Amino acid sequence: MANRVGVEVSIALAEAVGLANTDVIAAYPITPQTHIVEHLSELVADGELDAAFIPVESEHSAMSACLGSAAAGARTFTATAGQGLELMHEVLYIASSMQLPIVMAVANRALSSPLSVWSDHSDAMAVRDTGWIQIFVENGQEAVDNIICAFKMAEDHRILLPVMVHLDGFYLTHVIEPVMLPNRREVDNFLPPNDYPLPLWPENPVAMGDFAPPVIYFETKVAQEMNLRKAKGPIIETWEEFNKTFKRHYQPVELYKCENAKVLLFTMGSVSETAMTTIDKMREGGQEVGLVRLRLWRPFPYEEFRNAVKDVETLIVLDKAISFGGPGGPVCSELRSALYNESKKPKIVSIVAGLGGRDITTSDFEQIINRGIDIAQHGSDKEYEIYGVRE
Amino acid sequence: MAKTESEMTWEDIEIGAIATSPGSARQYQTGYWRSQRPILDKSKCIKCGLCYLFCPEGCIKESKEGYFEADLFHCKGCGICYRECWPIAIKMVEEEE
Repeated sequence: MANRVGVEVSIALAEAVGLANTDVIAAYPITPQTHIVEHLSELVADGELDAAFIPVESEHSAMSACLGSAAAGARTFTATAGQGLELMHEVLYIASSMQLPIVMAVANRALSSPLSVWSDHSDAMAVRDTGWIQIFVENGQEAVDNIICAFKMAEDHRILLPVMVHLDGFYLTHVIEPVMLPNRREVDNFLPPNDYPLPLWPENPVAMGDFAPPVIYFETKVAQEMNLRKAKGPIIETWEEFNKTFKRHYQPVELYKCENAKVLLFTMGSVSETAMTTIDKMREGGQEVGLVRLRLWRPFPYEEFRNAVKDVETLIVLDKAISFGGPGGPVCSELRSALYNESKKPKIVSIVAGLGGRDITTSDFEQIINRGIDIAQHGSDKEYEIYGVRE
Repeated sequence: MAKTESEMTWEDIEIGAIATSPGSARQYQTGYWRSQRPILDKSKCIKCGLCYLFCPEGCIKESKEGYFEADLFHCKGCGICYRECWPIAIKMVEEEE
């Protein structure tokens, strides 16, 4: 039976990595990810987890060590945040294009400068196009569950791709929550041993990351793109299988009180739970509002998203990042594109809020929704709206 | 017989574009990068093999008659053989369209 414990989310996440029988952890500590790798280091040092913990000198080295580890067929984990994710940037592309099943937790953090250790989604948006499967979670339970699922997805022979699990720094990483921690037998039954099909092995030599001249490079990129797109099916199957064992069901797009809603708010990550409280209150007050939350950011679930918003009049999209000099909210820009050719589509309002750990409260959400409704009705001459900045 | 790189479609790409057999670099045609090609004058060649030793691409081979000539599928036209050939048996000529 699973064990319900009160635990800091970072510790619970590290325990999940341990329950997954991870072979190699290569990581560099950075706030707010630190407690995750500290606890993994303890598990290894205390002999509770039979894994190699590689303390490296930078995040670039952390991800590079993960490449080697995964290429040798070892179950591989790392975690980072903010600047650390940026320092990994070029190696992230190599992990995905070499199809190495690495799992990484990202404790979402704002980018410098000025220096901020607090949370937003600037780091996640900067690695949007790296070819990783990317999942957003909203609480500690989802973090634990999706780390376990992430290993199964990454190592699935129909997928074979690295997976990022995004959890908001501090809002999630440093909060103590009740979490159902599965036991080892349950995880073992759900998650078979890693069996990478073409590992580095002297008896069957292979070459990875070769030189590709113009005659073949483009074909490799199309193969990579097709593989990531078709991963959506097996990702959904993994979540369904997880639900059968653990009775918690995850989906690419998740809805909250969307029945008969004319207005939908769109969120990702931990703010979604705050937004739910606001939706409850506004529904009680008679407003027909609902909430759409995106769990699967890559591959983007176009079909599920279009279905979720096809009958609404207004879609208010919250972004916790800015695309400087561009469309404002990077997520909203993608949603607009996803709906542009649809014959029936809602009016879309882009809101940027909560940068660098600026809290978004339930009353903020009420104002955001009401302002969104007003803009949808009366129009705006701006690409996007900024909420919560002193003027 | 495995397909060459120029015959492969994206569906033929191995997992992670991993190479599972050796020697695939031989299929890379680098000859079309060339703007000049080396021409050997056999009447001047003394078969010393200096061009063979200096060729950075390893694309010069000894023929049955003992002459050393560049494999134009791989020769990038760098001109090092031309520069090192002290009997002046090699000249570089412009590639025509």
